Amino acid sequence: MLLIYSNPESWAGLSAEQREDLSRSHQDLTRELTEQGLLVSAAGLADPITTRTVSVDADNTRSTTDGPYAEAKEHLAGFYLVECEDIDQAIDYAARMPDAKYVAVEVRPVMDASGLEM
Amino acid sequence: MNHDFELLLREQTPQVLSALVRHYGHFDLAEEAVQEALLAASQQWPGEGVPDNPRGWLIRVGSRRLTDLLRSESARRRREENAALTASPEEFVAPSPEIDDPGGRDDTLTLLFLCCHPSLSPASQIALTLRAVGGLTTAQIAAGFLVPEATMAQRISRAKRSIKQAGSSFEMPPEAERDARMGAVLHVLYLIFNEGYTASSGDDLHSAELTTEAIRLVRGVRRLLPDDGEVAGLLALMLLTDARRPARTAADGSLIPLEEQDRLKWNRPAIVEGEHLVSDALARTQLGPYQVQAAIAAVHGTAERAEDTDWRQIVALYQVLEQISDNPMVRLNHAVAVAMAVGPKEGLALLEPLESDGRMKDHHRLEAVKAHLLEMSGDLDGARASYLLAARRTTSVPERNYLQSRAERITTS
Repeated sequence: MLLIYSNPESWAGLSAEQREDLSRSHQDLTRELTEQGLLVSAAGLADPITTRTVSVDADNTRSTTDGPYAEAKEHLAGFYLVECEDIDQAIDYAARMPDAKYVAVEVRPVMDASGLEM
Repeated sequence: MNHDFELLLREQTPQVLSALVRHYGHFDLAEEAVQEALLAASQQWPGEGVPDNPRGWLIRVGSRRLTDLLRSESARRRREENAALTASPEEFVAPSPEIDDPGGRDDTLTLLFLCCHPSLSPASQIALTLRAVGGLTTAQIAAGFLVPEATMAQRISRAKRSIKQAGSSFEMPPEAERDARMGAVLHVLYLIFNEGYTASSGDDLHSAELTTEAIRLVRGVRRLLPDDGEVAGLLALMLLTDARRPARTAADGSLIPLEEQDRLKWNRPAIVEGEHLVSDALARTQLGPYQVQAAIAAVHGTAERAEDTDWRQIVALYQVLEQISDNPMVRLNHAVAVAMAVGPKEGLALLEPLESDGRMKDHHRLEAVKAHLLEMSGDLDGARASYLLAARRTTSVPERNYLQSRAERITTS
């Protein structure tokens, strides 16, 4: 899983050209991953302003608040779920995202439902 | 469609595909045409009965479909007006009404070499092998590997393009390359087996199908190469490993370690067959890593109770295996065997060099083995910490649950 981080300043600080470049890079990367048969899914997330945080307390009462769960400078801006040979291949793809220049991209393995007895 | 019927069709796949590729070339389009012929058969035969010559029927339908594909392909190319890619005249040759039946010839090996071509990534080799040689549909393969069908379809068509670009022809690789290429084929079959040999919660049919498919494919290779010790060794290893499948997971999907498995649930006929295969191979063929791994699995398989396991023999076999295929996983298993045969301190000593091995130092299995040996040696705090660290490192849910439960077992004892 490639997790793209952003913050409002870095996004606001982009020129129109840089924003276009960003979206073109993602289109190219998505196309390439699709053609290689590696892409499982990918999406960009709407601005954090649209976030709703849901929690359910002990007596099953649901409460929903506007805004993110944790106040942080950075937020999750999008993700790619990619089936790679190994972590290094995933890191190579993460490094090709312009977002890695602006803030950072996290690479984390997903859990597998299968395993080996020991 | 019933299972026997599907198998009958799938067994024809490599022969039908080879016949088309021999006659027309165009491996990529031929493969597509064969899939369509199989689909047509699965729709027509159940109602109209199986034809007298099923292979001939499939070849005829496949040829018709392939010539259609070639025509539309060359038309498309002409539209693209790419001089470098203009259709060659032979693409307009009408199909001969009957392609010579290859008779006794079996091109399955040639096809396997092509699908396991070195220009492809392991994931692509696996997907192409399952489709072109195994006759599985893209949907079945995608389900087996838990990826979307569209992703798998892309992977397969890309693999076919890569083979085309590499300029591979449909013939046996030269003698000099054959050993290395055979190694790649066996490795791909081994990977397919491993992918299927997984413990998922509940009854995961898909993974079971992959192990069955891997065993079926290796049996096919063994029929063609009855004197190859490593083919026999790989088949034995699969049979002996798969024999444990009914005993390795509990009803809730949790993993049961080898020493705690109910050995009455092991598949006895598979163990007997595997043991015969490996004994025979060891006695009369050149030694290789699959045979030694199968021999180790046979020592486990023939121990009636966990405490009857001949660990000294297993240690000796790991020493042999380290001589012929040095990899850190082998050393890790060797350390376990030494701990069981001699004692945990001696096993832990063998783990030390792995702690500085870049490939292993952060690997959850190293930490899990360390935990196990620390527990054997009585260092319960150290064991608990190692189990928990291993649990955090693994990316497998059942392994994580198992490692956590081992840590909890120590806490509450």
